[in-house]
Amino acid sequence: MRYATPASAKEAAGLLSKEKGAAFLLAGGTDLLVKLKMGMVEPDLVVDIKRIPKINEIQTSAKGFTIGAAVSGAVIGEHKGLNAAWPGVVEAANLIGSDQIQGRATLAGNLCNASPAADSVPAMIVAGAKAVIVGPNKKRTVPVEKVVEGPGKTCLTKGEVIEAIVLPKPEPRTGDAYMRFIPRTEMDIAVVGVAISLKLERGVVKKAKVALGAVAPTAVVVPAAARALVGSKLDDASLEKLAAACSAACNPIDDKRGTVEYRTRVAGVLAKRAAKLAFQRAGGAL
Amino acid sequence: MGHEQKYVDKKYEVVGTRFNRPDGIDKVTGKARYGADASAPGQLVGRVLRSPHAHAQIVKINTAKAEKLPGVKSIVTSADLPDLTGGDQGLADILENCLARGRALYDGHAIAAVAAVDEQTAAKALKLIEVKYKKLPHVTDVDEAMSESAPVIHDRIFTRGVEPKPSKPSNIAARTQMGYGDVDVGFAEADVIIEKTYKTEQTHQGYIEPHACLASVNPDGSAELWVTTQGHFVFRNVCASLLGLDIAKLKVTSSEIGGGFGGKTHVWGEPVALALSRKANRPVKMVMGRDEVFRGTGPTSSTSIDVKMGAKKDGTITAAVAEMRYQGGAFPGNWAMLACMTAFACYDIKNNKSVGWDVVVNRPKVAAYRAPSAPMAAFAVESTIDLLAKEVGISPIDMRLKNVAREGTQAPYGPTYGPIGIEHTLKAVKDHPHMRAKLKKNQGRGVACGFWFNIGGQTCTDLNISVDGTVNLTLGTVDVGGSRSSMAMIAAEELGIPYDQVRANIADTTSLGHNDMTEGSRGTFSSGMATIFAARDAISVLKQRAAQMWGVPEEDVIWENGQAIATGEGHGNLPALTLQEIAAKSGRTGGPIAGHNEVVADGAGMGFASHICDVEVDPETGRSSIVRYTVVQDAGKAINPDYVEGQFQGGATQGIGWALNEEYIYGDDGCLQNPGFLDYRIPVCSDLPFIDTKILEVPNPLHPYGVRGVGETSIVPPLAAVGNAIANATGVRMTHAPMSPPRVLAAIDAQENAG
Repeated sequence: MRYATPASAKEAAGLLSKEKGAAFLLAGGTDLLVKLKMGMVEPDLVVDIKRIPKINEIQTSAKGFTIGAAVSGAVIGEHKGLNAAWPGVVEAANLIGSDQIQGRATLAGNLCNASPAADSVPAMIVAGAKAVIVGPNKKRTVPVEKVVEGPGKTCLTKGEVIEAIVLPKPEPRTGDAYMRFIPRTEMDIAVVGVAISLKLERGVVKKAKVALGAVAPTAVVVPAAARALVGSKLDDASLEKLAAACSAACNPIDDKRGTVEYRTRVAGVLAKRAAKLAFQRAGGAL
Repeated sequence: MGHEQKYVDKKYEVVGTRFNRPDGIDKVTGKARYGADASAPGQLVGRVLRSPHAHAQIVKINTAKAEKLPGVKSIVTSADLPDLTGGDQGLADILENCLARGRALYDGHAIAAVAAVDEQTAAKALKLIEVKYKKLPHVTDVDEAMSESAPVIHDRIFTRGVEPKPSKPSNIAARTQMGYGDVDVGFAEADVIIEKTYKTEQTHQGYIEPHACLASVNPDGSAELWVTTQGHFVFRNVCASLLGLDIAKLKVTSSEIGGGFGGKTHVWGEPVALALSRKANRPVKMVMGRDEVFRGTGPTSSTSIDVKMGAKKDGTITAAVAEMRYQGGAFPGNWAMLACMTAFACYDIKNNKSVGWDVVVNRPKVAAYRAPSAPMAAFAVESTIDLLAKEVGISPIDMRLKNVAREGTQAPYGPTYGPIGIEHTLKAVKDHPHMRAKLKKNQGRGVACGFWFNIGGQTCTDLNISVDGTVNLTLGTVDVGGSRSSMAMIAAEELGIPYDQVRANIADTTSLGHNDMTEGSRGTFSSGMATIFAARDAISVLKQRAAQMWGVPEEDVIWENGQAIATGEGHGNLPALTLQEIAAKSGRTGGPIAGHNEVVADGAGMGFASHICDVEVDPETGRSSIVRYTVVQDAGKAINPDYVEGQFQGGATQGIGWALNEEYIYGDDGCLQNPGFLDYRIPVCSDLPFIDTKILEVPNPLHPYGVRGVGETSIVPPLAAVGNAIANATGVRMTHAPMSPPRVLAAIDAQENAG
């Protein structure tokens, strides 16, 4: 196994694209190291991106935030600007793993691992996050919801590397929230995850976006759920419609973590709770 | 030596106070050496190949390619562990469990093993071993295994305990029945009868330290084994038998142990590591991965239990019947028998009957897990008692007090109880402020009782006094829960010296006579007794030496407060001789001063507990959170209250984990789907409140200090306490543990749909 520490994302892409054997990118390593230890992967080349300048930094501009691919959950959790702008994304990122894992785990890694249950992915989707993807020859920017194509499968082609996650500056009176169901209080994988962002105008929901995790092969955007909220002040009827739309959008599996019936049901329950939290964060009065 | 075993009430100087454990600093600084922390020159890495099938015939194992891999030093299959068990079926089962013999009996069953120069080579070699399997039909559910249509796992099993003896083999290894009275008469007297069926899923002890050992066998038949175990003497005897070694030539050293809970009372990889070392002629270190621990070792039974109980309007229970089906994994056990012994043990029920069915299935060989078999029976019985109490309109505590077992009550398994503490714990619960604390919305409170035996067994202990007066206490019972501290306290108490003058150590198997396992809550009871006797033995030597130093008759010397005092006519004015002064002169008065004791400790007490649990249930998700929990248990005498409380809290925590989320999940293919701590959910710290404890002391009459074992009982009540609390919070009676969110939500839905 060879280990490389390129000085730029482009160099990383070059190394990965040229490798004939099994090549893996290492950012926080919280998925890769587990797979290595379990014997699930046997890399010939590991490309560590943490030495790339600025890849460990969060940059703030008038347009929003650029979160380097190696920025850890702990750093995100302590970033005042991000906490104020996208608390739902921050809480989703901070739910992943333990304190120790938080010191390493990254948003880009959570996205590239492409688990249906990834906590940060639905939250990034509803916040309108985009992935900056660098290939050996070109750079492209792709909405997060288009990155994951199936369990363990992304749109990244051989050699492509996510360099950063870009979050827009939220519009005024926007609020977002992420909630997940786990049987324990922490250190667990989502049985259901719900992310909601909404924008208010005169106390009424003007725009909304709803995404579910762990209920389908990829995170699911649910336009019908968003429609249920738009125009409402989160009255009971609209919340019931939201819950029904979320449950209807579920296409889960029965597995060791939950049944189809349970996931479908709890998706609706959590949607209502997440909507209320996002609504309050947007300045709405319940 | 005729030492007095009977309880004597006295005032203690050291016992009952709180001291730090001697192994504490090493453990908190990471210096302690656990099973995986030993190494030897030239050691190899041992790895095990495990069955991917629930049940399969092993048609052929081809190791040729793996053997050719550079760095591979030995490969073993069952052919390298010939059957030397001489008709001892129990031992033969252990052997077959260590390495499959012709058939893989469960997912994870060890098939072959490799020793290689490093981890990577060993892993590569495992992939090069070719095993041709022919899949066989499997069964993993206890009820299905008992049905006529189930695949029969062993054609040698004909149900024991039924008349006439069955003519066909089945998966039912044994039927056991216990109890007394006439239950039909009892039910006829009852005003209310409740009948319910319960299920509990399989759980693992969940010790954080995986099984690990370092084995080294020499060509002359001598061998050494460093291992994490609850009983190195027993491991020595079993390994020697399986490998055909002389017992005295196999030296076993027990490492520090990172949790056992019964799971480290059984050998798994140790005989295999020894066989690999014997073949390679080099030391072999073998450390299991977590998935191996789950798939290949330990778990407790999954069960299916019917309970029927009847009571009069005044709350008197007139009859009780339990029919309990326990699976023991792929090999027969006596787990249902233990359930029969414990199910109704907290109560005085005139007519009671317990029937147990021990069943085999295609799952790992069941091992002891902290009060094995009792928590499941208690879940069924204690839930049913709450239902009865509700029906007759008496509080759950008063219902239990009305029927509680006392001194003189006949235990369902035969003997008549001496002084026992169950009534005391119930009364303490009734008076506890926890019972009067206000409950919030969606919260409920449950109470449950539990019983577990203590055992005595063989113990051999040395006590050596150094010339500076400090003392080495040499023990052979492995310290699982702080017993070195407790034993040192006992020695200090007897000798009349400070605790920090005594150092307790666990010796290897060449340094002491046989000691039984640390199991059955026996450590402090039996090793404590041997320590008392060894100390008294040393005191008699100290008195004799003092007499010699003074030149007075030995019978004129008494021992008080750590010193010899001459009494009687003529030498009353001699200054007392301290232990240090006598020790300092020992080289000139007859050599080193020591005490020794070997004992089969009889008279182990009974452990009883009552628990209070407050739970909050989210009615929309079915998720239960424990918001308050109190353990009240009779310890007989708490030697070191810190570690007694630790046992209470640890057992309650494991029981809560079992009650809420822990379970083995098998797929239709009979393979375990959650062999890791991510999906086998033991509680994390933030899942639990502080577990409050109250130690009661009802002395065991057959221990000099009144000690009862405290290690296990605390895991018995939680399943039922949580279930009763959920029922109180939601009105829904859970009959299937763990009471995980999907099960609770489904039960809430079913109740709402029923209107």
